[in-house]
Amino acid sequence: MEASERGIKKSVSIKEMDQVVVRFAGDSGDGMQLTGMQFTDTAAWFGNDLSTFPDFPSEIRAPIGTVAGVSGFQINFGSTEIYTPGDKYDVLVAMNAAALKVDLPRLKKGGVIIANIQGFDHKNLSLAKYPEGIDPLEGSITDNYIVHKVDITRLTKECLADQGLGVKEVERSKNMFVLGLLFWMFDKPLDYTLSFIKEKFGKKPEIANANAKALQAGWNYGENTEIFVTQYKVAAAKLPAGTYRNITGNHATAIGLIAASEKSGLPLFLGSYPITPATDILQELSKYKADGVKTFQAEDEIAGICSAIGASYAGHLAVTTTSGPGMSLKTEALGLATMLEQPLVVIDVQRGGPSTGLPTKTEQADLLMAMHGRHGEAPVIVMAASSPSDCFETVFEACKLSVEHMTPVIFLSDGYIANGSEPWKFPKASEVRNIMVSFLDRPNGEDGSLQPYKRNENLVRPWIKPGTKGLVHRIGGLEKQDGTGNVCYEPANHETMIRLRAEKVKKIADNLPLAQPETGNTNAKLLVLGWGSTYGAIKTAVKELLTEGYDIAHVHLRYINPFPRNLGELLNGFDKVLIPEMNCGQLLQLIRAKYLVPATGFSKVQGMPFTTVEMKEKILKTLKSA
Amino acid sequence: METIATNEKIKLTPKDFAPEADVKWCPGCGDYSILKQVQTIFPDLGVPKENFVFISGIGCSSRFTYYMDTYGMHSIHGRAAAIASGVKAANPELSVWVISGDGDSLSIGGNHFIHLMRKNFDINYLMFNNQIYSLTKGQYSPTSEKGKITKTSPYGSIEEPFNSIELALSAKASFVARTLDRDPKHMQSILKKAHAHKGTSFVEVYQNCPVFNDGAFFAFSDKETKNEEAIRLEHGKPLLFGNNDEKGIKLDGLTPVIVNLQEQNISVDDLWIHDENDKTKAIFISRFFDTTFNDVAFPRPFGVIYSQERPVYEEILSAQIEALNASKGRMSLDRILSGEKTWTIL
Repeated sequence: MEASERGIKKSVSIKEMDQVVVRFAGDSGDGMQLTGMQFTDTAAWFGNDLSTFPDFPSEIRAPIGTVAGVSGFQINFGSTEIYTPGDKYDVLVAMNAAALKVDLPRLKKGGVIIANIQGFDHKNLSLAKYPEGIDPLEGSITDNYIVHKVDITRLTKECLADQGLGVKEVERSKNMFVLGLLFWMFDKPLDYTLSFIKEKFGKKPEIANANAKALQAGWNYGENTEIFVTQYKVAAAKLPAGTYRNITGNHATAIGLIAASEKSGLPLFLGSYPITPATDILQELSKYKADGVKTFQAEDEIAGICSAIGASYAGHLAVTTTSGPGMSLKTEALGLATMLEQPLVVIDVQRGGPSTGLPTKTEQADLLMAMHGRHGEAPVIVMAASSPSDCFETVFEACKLSVEHMTPVIFLSDGYIANGSEPWKFPKASEVRNIMVSFLDRPNGEDGSLQPYKRNENLVRPWIKPGTKGLVHRIGGLEKQDGTGNVCYEPANHETMIRLRAEKVKKIADNLPLAQPETGNTNAKLLVLGWGSTYGAIKTAVKELLTEGYDIAHVHLRYINPFPRNLGELLNGFDKVLIPEMNCGQLLQLIRAKYLVPATGFSKVQGMPFTTVEMKEKILKTLKSA
Repeated sequence: METIATNEKIKLTPKDFAPEADVKWCPGCGDYSILKQVQTIFPDLGVPKENFVFISGIGCSSRFTYYMDTYGMHSIHGRAAAIASGVKAANPELSVWVISGDGDSLSIGGNHFIHLMRKNFDINYLMFNNQIYSLTKGQYSPTSEKGKITKTSPYGSIEEPFNSIELALSAKASFVARTLDRDPKHMQSILKKAHAHKGTSFVEVYQNCPVFNDGAFFAFSDKETKNEEAIRLEHGKPLLFGNNDEKGIKLDGLTPVIVNLQEQNISVDDLWIHDENDKTKAIFISRFFDTTFNDVAFPRPFGVIYSQERPVYEEILSAQIEALNASKGRMSLDRILSGEKTWTIL
């Protein structure tokens, strides 16, 4: 645009950056999640690598203006590879005083605060419990930061004054103003969000119009006022060539299940009861009814898994989704599925526990429950996804192993990767592997009899669907005779069956990929061994320390039961093994017990993922310790 | 099996439903009768043997599954209804039968029980009610009468029992019936009706436990008492009972009253005519249990108390899938994998 059109164009300095972390924070009703996601989609569309972290309270609408109601959305985007949502942010958008209070501690020194000043009036300051007479935007609290006070509420009202909208609608558009301003700051186009607005409010043109106007007004505000003098440019990342989409872990899990259904030829059945943070998977799959996906919202967690067991028995790819408290309720039925030797995929999106704990926060404390949380000797496969997009591959593999080996599989995800998102170079359908399934259709005994528990070379029994002619038989939770499956109380038979069921699961390791370092050498001084969502923080920390010349390595486990068959040997190659976990040391126990290596743990149970900085510090400390 | 390649209908017999396994209930258990009646009517239902599936929970009743030569799963305590729902949702072609007891259905499985009735899968639900926990050797159950002395209530149970028929009706069951072990013909006719009904058919079977609760229901089957203590319901027939059918029931406003036809000179036509489709009256009938009306106790009703077809879960589910499939079409896996917004890096 020419200066002549607008009078004097202000001078703007352009700052190039490799990566930037932005935190949007406001009241639960301020639309911060939507704002964050729109910013994310635009950054992704523009070609940045990124990682996001939605962080919201478990109250749907806590009292307005209080710290309990603060909802945040964090995005780390860059021109380099990004594995975490970032330890600390460069920019904090604070829609009110409570948001500033909650999120200021993790703003980088010298970072930018964009404050909606009407959210800092006397009432809001007192709701946020700032002492009387203290304005955090003035004075020592925000001395070390660049504070932009913007009257977002008033500016939004003004730009929508002639739209004939009610106070509520105008109020609801202020997040678009913020988004427009941020787009200006980071030199991002408005197109993506404009088309989103058009789609979302297609049936309400006046609302679509208001949102689009507020978005543009925010951008113009950045462009035209003298307050903002710096624009930050983050170039597109040099990601591997290919087509990408942005995806959350829960979404990737849902799609992974659909892919497994298609590649196995088995109809998909999900029996589930809503629970945070797993509900999205049920919601997402409910949309695919046209594709034959059967979602069954059960009366409780137990009915969720039991209906899935019934569907598995009838020959479907059967899944149940839950989080910790629901997992506890499902354990008896999981024992039944183990005893029956029926395929079943149990998805546990972990959250802070025990009990209701921290329902919207993340944790990895269900690992030992997944491993051992059943009565009797009841081993099942346990797998864990390491990032949002890895949920796709891992849950697909869980389905494959489950139906090919006639065993329940527990798939562990957690709130961090379930809600977080990242760009995903998704595969073509033709690149996704097939899952081999066969149903028995004739008697399998040598004498022409039916042997429902006769095993193949992998110790796997046949899958027999009710409705198959000539194969009627009964199965159940009582101990079975080896081969025939008839009820059997003989002492020696019980031990045989216990060992067979365990051996079947153990044998799966024969065909699993070997464990190998993500980065670093197999004889490094220190191994950082991780599982699940700690991947990003470990990966970033180890990568940075490798560049700094330290002799370390990173191994990340997808399979926890059984472990990769070379894991013991691999562990012995390192002088030290450090296991970071968002629990009190659960993988640590398993590793020490099984391989007798003097591994040490790094524990964090705060409902928050590890930061790269704390990870690096711990690694260095461990390296230096005797 | 391959040897039977023709479409010729094989005539099944009750023996075809009796597996080799020994039946291990106590001698004299009412469960034997139920097993016998089920095996007797099954050949006539017109269902291929391999399409029958029994799902049971835990308890003496639930061993039933092992004694039927059909497909079956003896599952875990209280969960048969939930498992059966999954079986039926996955394969609506199967004839699914749930076998459960009073504890299995109404205590540990109470939640699944009410929700199955509400959801109305086309499942037949037989609840063997012996008013006692037998497999654990004699503790009171949720249907045991108040004051009952058992091992866990040595001074008498202090709990109100469930009225299972009233509970099933309130949970929106579309078919509710009661029968008893000692009346084979009646049971057979009820089982056939339950099978014929499309929707969840709840059948309460009064079943004698000779070891821990012997004779709990004898009043309803003993010659001397049954005509006074029990009333047989038939659709379109008046509510008559008594040794000589001399007694009847009629509705006086909202109060059921027992009348003596001869003594009060009342015509049979003036009596309450049983209408299986009338839910309001079915609820009244269900309360001929431990409720008295004007201090008068009523005879226990047997037969189909309520029957009204309404759409079944698995068909609505399939219809919704088909309709959406027709209007929206199946999405290719490629389309699902890519989602709506993608970008390409060259």
